[in-house]
Formats: sequence, structure tokens, C-alpha cells
Amino acid sequence: MTANPWVRPYVLTGGRTRTRQTLHVHTLVSAPHYDPAFAARLLPEARSLYERAHDGVESVAELSANCGVPLGVTRVLLGDLAAGGRLELNAEALTSPYDPRVLKRVIHGLRDLA
Amino acid sequence: MAFATSPEGAPLPTSVKIVVAGGFGVGKTTLVSAVSEIPPVNTEAWMTQASKTVDAVYTDDDKTTTTVAMDFGRITLSQDLLLYLFGTPGQARFWQMWDDLCRGASGAVVLVDTRRLDASFAAVNYFENDTDVPFIVGVNLFDGVQTHALDEVREALRLSKNVPLIACDARDRQSVVQTLVTALTHSLEVASANAAGEQGTLARR
Repeated sequence: MTANPWVRPYVLTGGRTRTRQTLHVHTLVSAPHYDPAFAARLLPEARSLYERAHDGVESVAELSANCGVPLGVTRVLLGDLAAGGRLELNAEALTSPYDPRVLKRVIHGLRDLA
Repeated sequence: MAFATSPEGAPLPTSVKIVVAGGFGVGKTTLVSAVSEIPPVNTEAWMTQASKTVDAVYTDDDKTTTTVAMDFGRITLSQDLLLYLFGTPGQARFWQMWDDLCRGASGAVVLVDTRRLDASFAAVNYFENDTDVPFIVGVNLFDGVQTHALDEVREALRLSKNVPLIACDARDRQSVVQTLVTALTHSLEVASANAAGEQGTLARR
């Protein structure tokens, strides 16, 4: 599905460009509990993101690209869903990106690939 | 392809991000493609025609498309650890996206092409002055040939001695992996030096 070309992005977000949560492009999102009645009440863009997040864990950037919803709009819509308890986010993506334990694990993982 | 939904209550994987920056047409998308398990997601297709009169691309090679928006790849390192690579938009008119991409990044690689170093001046400048994300510079070996000594490149870029400068081949998976390892190792060193500095400041109080 792609974004509705007839609706301007700010209409979908009620004019908002920010969310309460900080959502990085690499923040992971999942919707473990899918509620069809809730999904039916969502705008198509939000529904598409909610459904895709239920299908599997993906980053904000992947959800945006795969649902064809612009990144800024994706952030606001995912922020709303998360604030309403409909989504889980990986919170550690929001803490220090220089955590030595994590960086060392990534380095080891990369070396195993090479 | 998406991951299977995590079991009830299981924590989501950890995600780490590295930014791949550099001027227009220096090989960022190539680098991301060399290691990503998903095709790099981008909006290149429509730029092929639309940008013809707008963006100058080096004409000696066969690059006919360019990246207009975000451009990223993913590497699953283990079930609970994902590495994302985000290529920056090459054109100066997308600067504001750089801040967004750098937020929360663990490291950065600025790619340069020695045939036109000036294409990456702005990117080096950005990482030196406008962000705290530690970065390294990768000299992309187009056609696998190193045409300039690394010292000369460092000189020409006026690059601080503290910034690692390495040669890499953006088409080669092994070389790209090594480049990413160098970037993260540098980030670890910078982070531990900063932590030691803070300790020192506290001790002197």
C-alpha cells in the first residue's frame, strides 16, 4: 500500500510534526497484540503501519519505506500508536549509542561475517 | 522480509546505526549494498531522469542514478542484535536530514573519492563541527586502484590526526566489513577517552 496521494501529510498528523517519544530511524517497532476493531478505526496510513508492525519487528525507516508513508508522518503516527500502548519500541536504541558492551558485540558479529 | 513477531514479553532486539556519508556519487549506496541483507531502500529510480539537469555527476563512470532520500541497509548479527546502515543524501539541499540520521548513531564513515575530494569536503566539515558522532574517513578505491597516498589525502582534507583514514573498496563485502569495524572501534576509543576525561574533570573538582 502507498500513501494516499490526495491527502497532504499534515492532514494525516493533524498538523503535528513531533511526537512525545523520540523515534530514531533505527528504533525497532512491534505490535505484539493485534486488535482488528482498533485497526478498523485507523486511517489507512496508520492501519498499514500497525498491521505491518504486527507482522514482524521492523525499524521506523523500514516501516516508512515498506508502507509508503513519508518518514515524518510515520514518526507521528507510530508515536501516537506507542503512546496509546499499541506498539512496543526497543528503548535501548534511545539510550547511549556508545555502550561499550553493545559496540563490542557488533564488532564481534561483523568479524564473524567477514 | 520482517522478523517473526517476538514471543509475548520477549524484549525487542537491540538496534545499532552507522551513518555512511560523503559527497554526491562517492559510492555510499554501493557500500551499503555490499553488506546489507535487504536491497538498499531508496528512491533512486525517479532521480534518473528528474535530476539530469540539476545534479552534476562525474561522467567518467557509469553512474546514472543517485540517492534522493534516505537510503539504508540492514545486517542481522544475531537474533537480538541488528545493525542498520544509513546513507546520507548526497546533495547539500538535504542537510537537515543529516542531523536526523546522526541522532543516536554509534559511528560514521565519510567516503571520499580521490578523483574529486571536494565532493566530500562538506561531509568532513559536518562531522568535524556539527555533530558529536565519531567518524572515520574511507578512501573508496574506484576500480580497486589507490591513486593517492593516504597521507596526501589526509593533507588535502585537512583531516585531524585523531580521525582514522583507511582505504576501502565499497563493492567488496570484506573491505566494507573491515571499514565498519574500524568505525566502531574508533567510536569505542572516543567514548572511553571522553569517559576518562569526565572522570578526570570530576577528580579535579
